[in-house]
Amino acid sequence: MRTVFKTSYDADIRMFKHGAQAGWYALLLVLAVVLPWLFNTYWLGEATNMLIWAIAGMGLMILVGQTGQASLGHAAFLAIGCYANVLLQMHGLPFVLAFPLGGLIAGLAGFFIAFPMARLHGIYLAIGTLALAILIDDLIVIAEPLTAGVVGLFAPDISIFGLDINRYGNPWLFYWLVLFVTVLIVLAYRNILRSPLGRSFAAVRDSEVSARAMGVNVALTKATAFGVSAGITGLAGALMGHFAGIFNNETFNIIISIQLLLMIVIGGLGSIHGAFFGAAVVALLPQAIAIGRDVVTGWLGSSSVAIPGLESAIFGFILIAFILFEPLGIYGRWIKIRTYFELFPFYRKDMFRRQRSYLKTERMR
Amino acid sequence: MDVLQLVVSGLANGCVYGLIALGFVLIYKATEAVNFAQGDFMMLGAFLCLGFTNEAFLGLPFWLSVPLAILAMGVFGYALDALVIRKMFGQPQVAVVILTIALGFVLRFLAGVIWGHQPVSLESPIAGQDVRFGGLVLGMDEVTIIVVTVLLTGGLYFYFNSTRLGVAMQASSQNQLAAYYMGIPVKRLNSLIWALAGMVAAVAGILYASKGSIEPSMGLLGIKAFAAAVIGGFGSLPGALLGGLIVGLIEPFAGRYMPSGYSQIMPYLLLFLILIVRPHGILAQYHSKKV
Repeated sequence: MRTVFKTSYDADIRMFKHGAQAGWYALLLVLAVVLPWLFNTYWLGEATNMLIWAIAGMGLMILVGQTGQASLGHAAFLAIGCYANVLLQMHGLPFVLAFPLGGLIAGLAGFFIAFPMARLHGIYLAIGTLALAILIDDLIVIAEPLTAGVVGLFAPDISIFGLDINRYGNPWLFYWLVLFVTVLIVLAYRNILRSPLGRSFAAVRDSEVSARAMGVNVALTKATAFGVSAGITGLAGALMGHFAGIFNNETFNIIISIQLLLMIVIGGLGSIHGAFFGAAVVALLPQAIAIGRDVVTGWLGSSSVAIPGLESAIFGFILIAFILFEPLGIYGRWIKIRTYFELFPFYRKDMFRRQRSYLKTERMR
Repeated sequence: MDVLQLVVSGLANGCVYGLIALGFVLIYKATEAVNFAQGDFMMLGAFLCLGFTNEAFLGLPFWLSVPLAILAMGVFGYALDALVIRKMFGQPQVAVVILTIALGFVLRFLAGVIWGHQPVSLESPIAGQDVRFGGLVLGMDEVTIIVVTVLLTGGLYFYFNSTRLGVAMQASSQNQLAAYYMGIPVKRLNSLIWALAGMVAAVAGILYASKGSIEPSMGLLGIKAFAAAVIGGFGSLPGALLGGLIVGLIEPFAGRYMPSGYSQIMPYLLLFLILIVRPHGILAQYHSKKV
């Protein structure tokens, strides 16, 4: 058991809690960088996919985990980021400009959409964003001259200062690009949490009334959280477009939005780790199902049968199990296991027990 | 005359949306939980009735299978609350939202496994008949939908305002702890509410199925019903119906008088407008919260 003595206020907002923690993250980073030499092309592609989902997950996590605002429509920002990035490149902008601009456009869209809706609470906001995702889907079809509608667009090869990056041509370069963006986002995310902005996010999440009493501009904070979140999600969308190669309005449908929300819940709300754990589940689940199906058909000796909807059903089952038995997600479970060993043998069952609150409606006096 | 036809078919569609929205509002009003699987409840109700009625499955008479399906959905709703949702008591609202979304995935999958993913139609005696009012020819299905919806809404309104159980449900929806102190069995009431919502969903599903073919993914209709519920006012039963009717009426008229592609986004544009102008719906039931 390690005890960190905090001798100054700065200790509360330090980047790493202690030296060993920094060491472990450095090791993880080194491992991530040398991954192309360890994995073959197929699994490297899966790892890239996972990182892209993790970026999108971090985007949503800022909103849901840190600010406590549910969004069921984040695929809309994936779509905005993706289309903005590719369209700018098609009109002659280099990737190094088009990519951040794509994120910026998505972020601004998020900010200005959220501003009128920032007065809304919980469920109304969720439904508003749900409607947004459906609207964007239809708008892409309506704006056909620009977006090619249901036919879809091809993502061009990424060109950074003369270096061509293609997902199939040189997957390791694409992986490193995604990894670079991921690390940047993680650092940005962590630093937002250490700043006054991050603390006002947490204040709004925990109690809007008391946040207002402490001088936090609730509506502006919510809209900012929406903007930051949408911007990061937009970057993920741009990478997703390059990863998929071709995309249309269906690529970013309502199911993707919901899957994104479910992903960060499985991973564990309110932590960067949660976004990564959730992304691992979402990215690797189809593989696991395929392998499981091969095993089952091997036993039965029959030809393999595809059951439509099986993937989302298994996803649903996992999610129900998590909500009922481990609401803190995979990361919460990990913390519990770690604490168990750190405190051994003094761990108690109720150490992470949630405070339950009884319901008083918001509709009545 | 043409416009009148549009109005009637819009009203019929709107009634189905309204009934699904009614299910949302029932659960929200009583337990403050939001059931995103309500559209899938409706789908399940429709498929249960189809499974009882159609020759390919059980082949029971239609008028026997309707109450059977409604009853089955009631039992399903009760069991769901008693076994799953009740465990969520005291947890944040979003947790229940996510749980019910996941439940929707599972229900859609199960329905697909049992009844297949192809569109099928219910062998209903109401389908395909006409009713004449003077010179006006209306579909029997549409008239039935409107009549049943009006009766059901009236019944529910009476139930919540005048019966002992209904008033108890309102009390527990306002303050669970206080209601519990007054001797109201809050847990059982919540389960009964879920049962009621399941039964309403089954009625909506059967009505919808007698209008055309059904498939497991039709639960996504619930999203439109959600928009309807918010437009009308999320905590109000007449509001849910009103919202449903508005959404139902907008669709055929927008489809008629606007370029294609725009008609399907009209309900959501209206939703945005309502959220910005009147955030708690047309018939809002909201007062500011005291700390």
